[in-house]
Amino acid sequence: MSASSFNGTHKLALRIRAHALRMTNAGGGAHIGAVFSSADILAVLYGSVLRVDPAAPKSPVRDRFVLSKGHAGAGLYAALAERGFFPVGQLLTHYQNGSDLSGHVSHKVPGVDVSTGSLGHGLSIASGMAYAAKLKSAPHRVFCLLSDGECDEGSTWEAALFAAHHGLSNLVAIVDYNRIQGIAPVADVLELEPFADKWAAFGWAVREVDGHDHEALATALGSVPFAPGKPSCLIAHTTKGKGVSFMENTVLWHYRIPRGAEFDAALAELEVQP
Amino acid sequence: MRDAFIRTLTELVPQHPEVILLSGDLGFAVLNDYIDGFPRQFLNVGIAEQNMSGLAAGLALEGHTIFTYSIGSFPTLRCLEQIRNDVCYHGANVKIVCVGGGMSYGPVGFSHHATEDLAILRSLPGIQVFSPCDLWEAAEATRYLVSHRGPAYLRLDKSAAPATVQPGEAFRPGRIRTVREGSDVTLAAAGGILGEAILAADALVQRGIFCRVLSVHTVKPLDLDTLTAAASETGGIVSIEEHAVDGGLGGAIAEALMEAGVFPRFLVRVGLRNTFSSVVGSQQYLRQVYSLDAAAIAQTVFAKLGIAVPAFA
Repeated sequence: MSASSFNGTHKLALRIRAHALRMTNAGGGAHIGAVFSSADILAVLYGSVLRVDPAAPKSPVRDRFVLSKGHAGAGLYAALAERGFFPVGQLLTHYQNGSDLSGHVSHKVPGVDVSTGSLGHGLSIASGMAYAAKLKSAPHRVFCLLSDGECDEGSTWEAALFAAHHGLSNLVAIVDYNRIQGIAPVADVLELEPFADKWAAFGWAVREVDGHDHEALATALGSVPFAPGKPSCLIAHTTKGKGVSFMENTVLWHYRIPRGAEFDAALAELEVQP
Repeated sequence: MRDAFIRTLTELVPQHPEVILLSGDLGFAVLNDYIDGFPRQFLNVGIAEQNMSGLAAGLALEGHTIFTYSIGSFPTLRCLEQIRNDVCYHGANVKIVCVGGGMSYGPVGFSHHATEDLAILRSLPGIQVFSPCDLWEAAEATRYLVSHRGPAYLRLDKSAAPATVQPGEAFRPGRIRTVREGSDVTLAAAGGILGEAILAADALVQRGIFCRVLSVHTVKPLDLDTLTAAASETGGIVSIEEHAVDGGLGGAIAEALMEAGVFPRFLVRVGLRNTFSSVVGSQQYLRQVYSLDAAAIAQTVFAKLGIAVPAFA
């Protein structure tokens, strides 16, 4: 595929970032850095990989998607709205009184399969979904997007053991490896390296990719399972805050709310991008 | 009770292909018939209760009826957040089964006792909480849960109260069973410790005190009508549970009656009072040590009725 084939997903990623920036600005939401690091992954998933139908969000034949890093909910809401699961105009209700669009992702929103927020839950739920699909020999896949930080959680590794033991080749874990967690760099908190080796040692087929390279993401996600009879782990090397120069690679923008001049500057950076 | 549960589940699964039993690597030998008969409806998920509960939610969201199975507080407290967020918040069709309610595991030690589970589980929105008192109730609660949709907790004790089921009686979830009529005092028990309540009632009747004995096999939803009648028709209520008094059966009864504006002449909660069951001993020994046995219940009644406490035979 040529780079131009990815114009659509690049535009989608940009819109996800711009929506999320406006949503967090309007509602006072946090985690914009974590949304930006995963925006390209979400754009490729919802732009070209996932077999989902906005007209039938609960269709039994759809691919399932579990956003285990539920704090990036603004990004998923934006992707779903852009794909037509609900009106784009609803996005700005995010964080607002009475809205269905909670800060951490909610299954009350059309297209969202699972509510998450507390870390280390998603891979178990996704494994249950994948096991159920195996039992009925259903062809759909289950994708689960994790943060690197939630690989601190023991439950993530409980699920990793289970998925490999049961050969859940219909399960794909994508780790948004932006190397910055809540209040400090991953390397300063609990080192995850050798990260790919850990997943491989747990019995997963592992690939690594530039998590902002749409062609590489689509190629990898289009070739799952990476090995027969194994769950697939795609370690997506990303930049926290990707897309806005002053947010990139900073701990600050995990929690900081984009307001005032910072909001204007961030939006300007996003809107001048091609 | 464990065997009644497994026997009933094994009997029903042929008509319920959607049922899957997840075990946290417990049930040595006792699950064999089930596993041999229905290997596709069993999964030993390993010693990983958090994953078990999340898996259960994922499987249930795909249309399965899931039973998670472990002992003591492993299937509940170890993975409470998965039960809260993944199971209950999604209304997932997951039944959490605890083998060894209360101090069933006696000398094994407090780590294997479940003495806060009723209080904690019943505070979760949308869940039903069962603590059957005898083998018939355990089997019937299991039968109900196989067809019921939504989150539920089933606490199974090692001890079981003697059978009190009447011919033709139907199990009614959410409704208290009156296992003995009486108007002097109400003894309301959840779990196998109902057996102690019955023994206490036997002893009290020798002193001319007639107890109404209630089997509160469903702690949530609680049967307010039967409790209201007990409050107004008997001289007081003693709640009995092998569990902390805080927030368990006694707490639930107190909340429900107070809020309904119904005031029994007295309410005493028999249970563990701000203590871990750290003494070593059998379930029966521990009931004696922690003042939960028939003698303690009878003496509680004597004290509340202002009767000089006799030596209890």
